[in-house]
Amino acid sequence: MSLATELHTAEPLLEVDNLQVKFATPDGFVTAVNNLNFALAQGETLGIVGESGSGKSQTAFALMGLLANNGIIEGEARFEGRNILSLNEKAMNRIRSKDIAMIFQDPMTSLNPYMKVGKQLMEVLMLHKGMSKADAFEASVHMLDAVKMPEARKRMNMYPHEFSGGMRQRVMIAMALLCQPKLLIADEPTTALDVTVQAQILTLLNELKDDFNTSIIMITHDLGVVAGLCDKVLVMYAGRTMEYGSAEDVFYRPTHPYTQGLLNAIPRLDNEGSVLATIPGNPPNLLNLPSGCPFEARCEFAKERCVNIAPSLETFASGQMSACHKTTEGWA
Amino acid sequence: MFTFVLKRVLEAIPTLLILITVSFFLMHSAPGSPFSSERTLPPEVLANINAKYHLDEPVINQYFYYLGGLLQGDLGPSFRYKDFTINELIAQSFPVSAEIGIWSFIVALLIGVGCGVIAALRQNSWIDYSVMGFANLGIVLPNFVLAPLCILFFSIYNHWLPPGGWNGGAWPYLVMPVIAMSTSYIAQIARITRGSMIETMHSNFIRTAKAKGLPKHRIILQHALRPAMLPVISYLGPAFVGIVTGSVIVDVYFGTGGIGQHFINGALNRDYSMVMGVTILVGTLTILFNAIVDVLYAVIDPKIRY
Repeated sequence: MSLATELHTAEPLLEVDNLQVKFATPDGFVTAVNNLNFALAQGETLGIVGESGSGKSQTAFALMGLLANNGIIEGEARFEGRNILSLNEKAMNRIRSKDIAMIFQDPMTSLNPYMKVGKQLMEVLMLHKGMSKADAFEASVHMLDAVKMPEARKRMNMYPHEFSGGMRQRVMIAMALLCQPKLLIADEPTTALDVTVQAQILTLLNELKDDFNTSIIMITHDLGVVAGLCDKVLVMYAGRTMEYGSAEDVFYRPTHPYTQGLLNAIPRLDNEGSVLATIPGNPPNLLNLPSGCPFEARCEFAKERCVNIAPSLETFASGQMSACHKTTEGWA
Repeated sequence: MFTFVLKRVLEAIPTLLILITVSFFLMHSAPGSPFSSERTLPPEVLANINAKYHLDEPVINQYFYYLGGLLQGDLGPSFRYKDFTINELIAQSFPVSAEIGIWSFIVALLIGVGCGVIAALRQNSWIDYSVMGFANLGIVLPNFVLAPLCILFFSIYNHWLPPGGWNGGAWPYLVMPVIAMSTSYIAQIARITRGSMIETMHSNFIRTAKAKGLPKHRIILQHALRPAMLPVISYLGPAFVGIVTGSVIVDVYFGTGGIGQHFINGALNRDYSMVMGVTILVGTLTILFNAIVDVLYAVIDPKIRY
């Protein structure tokens, strides 16, 4: 059994093998994603967690074929057995939005401000389903209803600037779900929204996940989002997998010092007044990664070994995986 | 929208009045007079002429005479072309410039936008570099160099086109003036289009359009072109005025008889009413086309509503 499929038994919808994303910059190659492996079954939700610059979004863009022009991809991502990373633009366009759809971080700028919302929704259906204008209109209204957009029919003729942030994100979600894709990639869908709206959007995603049996890759830096929604969690740091396991294992039995640090950093209401826990330091420069563990400089347990040798991702009896010398060797 | 247009028309009146007033007094404060360049006239004759044109009265009186005429649509008699009024001279020469101008504008818009879009989509490729190289050449190459080069190439070496004249605007007479007139505008439009197209193609909503699986030509035509045209349109308003009011270079080299010649001759000859006439024409057109640009903005950008 390959590394990627160990975490579940069902036939995977998406298998990512040794995904690597590099960018050619004037200062040299920047490795944004390094040897990423994961798998996702139909209806399953994977959370990819990490701080800014950890490579989460670039992973999503690589899967959608939306990397910047200087991006270089290595490895494989098999969607229903087919490697989507090697598809040409035309073949990829048949998958985009139809089988794999994406929701973006910033709903304020992700909709075309010069086009009516209805037209932006309808064009997806007319393109992928060959629907007539009238059918596409009705189907779009229906989908706006499904994402709980009040007065959906009236809103079809409105422009994005007439919507609030949360409403725009609902439009984005409706747009992504129009063709009932098998996989939905949500790149920090709640980051730009205020907290109450965040909760509404997450509840909505949770319901839609069940209604449409859609697999979701939820990219976020908010562990609360992961806890509420995900079956599996992958913790990324400096482009590498630090820890990967079921949401329950990662939350209740985190093995990696970085995951532990992240969980400690969640503010709690019950110890009001105390100083917030943080992980000191900053992520390493991706242009010049250390030869050892990328987290070594910020890790309170680091030993000499961590400086020189990068820990490999090891699997534990529970199926949980961790890339840490301390965990694998059982340091006190 | 209607109230907006009405407001712009009402605003235009004081703007034009200020323009007329300032130009009138500036012009009269310049030394010399319409008749000072000719052979020295006997003082009695000069006095008669001055009296006929009210030049012997205070400038402020002349100003009000002029405004009075203007209210009746009369731009006054030419001081230079003795048997013509300014209305007649403009009616004769402006259509020529306007015809050259409109064709130049169409050519500049189509080629400029086309080149700009292609350069933007092939950013940093040899296509981009050659298009932008030609654009820079078009900007630095003045039309007083381009016009004689055109005549050399099309008329003298190849005998394809007549070297000058107008002939009622038949197309062989149009080609060279249009080339001379449009080249720098093509270049400017291409540069502006390229820049704004590159910016638009990097925006988040274009990424969304890509994620929808739309083919590239639909992304460009339906999603990117409209926003990318906004900066081009704000350039086109004033550019259109410049292009239809002609160029003295084109009129001189190709002998087309457009309005461009009157700008220079009017000023050199102190043909007061001619200077005022072309100033009012350009001023009115400028105000008009800026208003049109504002309306077009509202048509393109739904966030702008008047």
